[in-house]
Amino acid sequence: MSTNQVSVNNGVNVEALLGAREALTEAPEGAKFTWRATCDWINGTHSATTVRGFFGLGDEQSHRTEFRFETDHPEVFASEDNGATPVEIVLAGLAGCLTAGIASVAQNRNIQLRSVKATLEGGMDLQGILGIDGDVRNGFDGIKVHYDIDADASREDIAALVAQSQKRSAVFDIITNPTDVTVTVA
Amino acid sequence: MTPKPEAGKCPGSGAIDVIVIGAGHSGLAISHFLTARSIEHLVLERGEIANSWRRERWDSLRLLTPNWQSRLPGVSYSGDDPDGFMTMSEVVDFISDYAAATGTPVRTGTTVTSVASLDGGFNVSTDRGDWRCRAVIVASGACNLPVVPSVSEAIPKDILQLTPLEYRNPRQLPPGGVLVVGASSTGLQLADEMQRAGHEVTLAVGEHVRMPRVYRGRDIQWWMHAAGILDQRYDEADDIARARRVPSPQLVGSRAQTFMDINLLAARGARIVGRLAGIRDGKALFSGSLRNVCALADLKMHRLLAAIDEWAAQSGHAVDVPPAGTFPPTRVPRSLCLNLDLAAGAIRTVLWATGYRPDYSWLDVQALDRKGRIRHDGGRGFLPGLYVIGLPFLRRRKSSFIHGAEDDARDLVDHLAGWLATHAPRSRTRVA
Repeated sequence: MSTNQVSVNNGVNVEALLGAREALTEAPEGAKFTWRATCDWINGTHSATTVRGFFGLGDEQSHRTEFRFETDHPEVFASEDNGATPVEIVLAGLAGCLTAGIASVAQNRNIQLRSVKATLEGGMDLQGILGIDGDVRNGFDGIKVHYDIDADASREDIAALVAQSQKRSAVFDIITNPTDVTVTVA
Repeated sequence: MTPKPEAGKCPGSGAIDVIVIGAGHSGLAISHFLTARSIEHLVLERGEIANSWRRERWDSLRLLTPNWQSRLPGVSYSGDDPDGFMTMSEVVDFISDYAAATGTPVRTGTTVTSVASLDGGFNVSTDRGDWRCRAVIVASGACNLPVVPSVSEAIPKDILQLTPLEYRNPRQLPPGGVLVVGASSTGLQLADEMQRAGHEVTLAVGEHVRMPRVYRGRDIQWWMHAAGILDQRYDEADDIARARRVPSPQLVGSRAQTFMDINLLAARGARIVGRLAGIRDGKALFSGSLRNVCALADLKMHRLLAAIDEWAAQSGHAVDVPPAGTFPPTRVPRSLCLNLDLAAGAIRTVLWATGYRPDYSWLDVQALDRKGRIRHDGGRGFLPGLYVIGLPFLRRRKSSFIHGAEDDARDLVDHLAGWLATHAPRSRTRVA
């Protein structure tokens, strides 16, 4: 990581990101990534999803180690509560993506962050997934993300960080816009 | 009257130093500086002078810049309404009068069908003969074709689809609702016009640039001009690629209201929805990003106004004008409409106000990037002798405006003159 006279350090290697942006502008085929996950059913509503390999920069890539996410449902659903619900994993994905974006944009704009805390809420009417009312959708009827940010910046600059992070966020895009999903069975 | 090309030239074809493609404000500004340097040239024009302004604009459009700002090299606005906004016929007269007064060597009714490299120069084919030249200046405009997203293919067949290049006035529309896709200058103006003609309007809003027409008693263009914002150079911009993609600000050529913005459209009854993200099972799906695109636009507007305030204070202008005011934020509906059944009959027309792009289908040289945009460095093409003018932020923030043509044309002709002087013609013997 570069150790030049940048006084701000949010732990983001902006030089590397900007370098990658430049390189991938010249070689856009390298920008095509494929993310993967595999999921094994354990029992009941309990499953375990792992991620390790992915494709990008024209080649197979790998995480440093395999990561594992257990999903289940809570006891009020008559489940054993061995993990987060999948919809909570979605909130985790959104929070992780937006927060990473805030750190990156702050670094790029020379804003030192001291603390960033996101609190998320996704509303859901179970009449959808339980098939009680066909007019109610299965998914969230809305998501609220609230940020408490302590940083060396004006209120308006912090608002701009959060706005720019949404603009560049993959998960924000995945959630706010439709995605073509193909499910096949062997 | 149509100015005649220089005497002694073969009428439809031949050899010449420079061919300028397009007799709009940009091509005429280039011609002015070429003439000043006695560089032999000809302006080729597919239609008439100021053709796009004549034929490819809706009836009610007025320039987004005030009259005092309308200027071409050597000619300023001289009418009695400096703060007004020109209608299209006034723009056509302004540009045509300029061509006549300057004796621009222009060949109208001549469509360029191909530009190809030849012997270190170019061969320009037209429907009325071929020209060989040492340099080509592409001044054919930034808005030749509408940008229509591929999702348009999924619009049900019984819904009329229009682009702003086809739209003239609301009488073209069948009765019933309109979905206007895009909330920049074009989308807002047309949405407002259709709404006032009695159509229910749904406005799909993606990224946009919000701006008041008047700020602290002066036109926003006055501030941007005076504070030097319009003169910001392409080689000093933080991210020129992004700056060139910025949509046109939400302005209209009228001071009837401070803002032509989402709040105004909503107050007049429009349904505000997010960017059109897709069509599935006959339903238009709108993005849930509406709040953020509005927040971004408000933040950017306040940054612009803060920069203007700072300049006003430093330059001493703050004493002449009313104090800085605040504007209400963009109001987003509490409950977002995320989809709309296009088969239900509420939408009878879709208007694609999703941008424009140049047409380079006739440019048969390796001049374009992978997205079909002409590759250039401040208007200098990547082939020696190839130039382009009149594109957004080509050399300055004002490049795409009529008043922006002068400085860009002067710079490019300076460069071109140097290039012509140091590169002797290789093949000037044959005249077709």
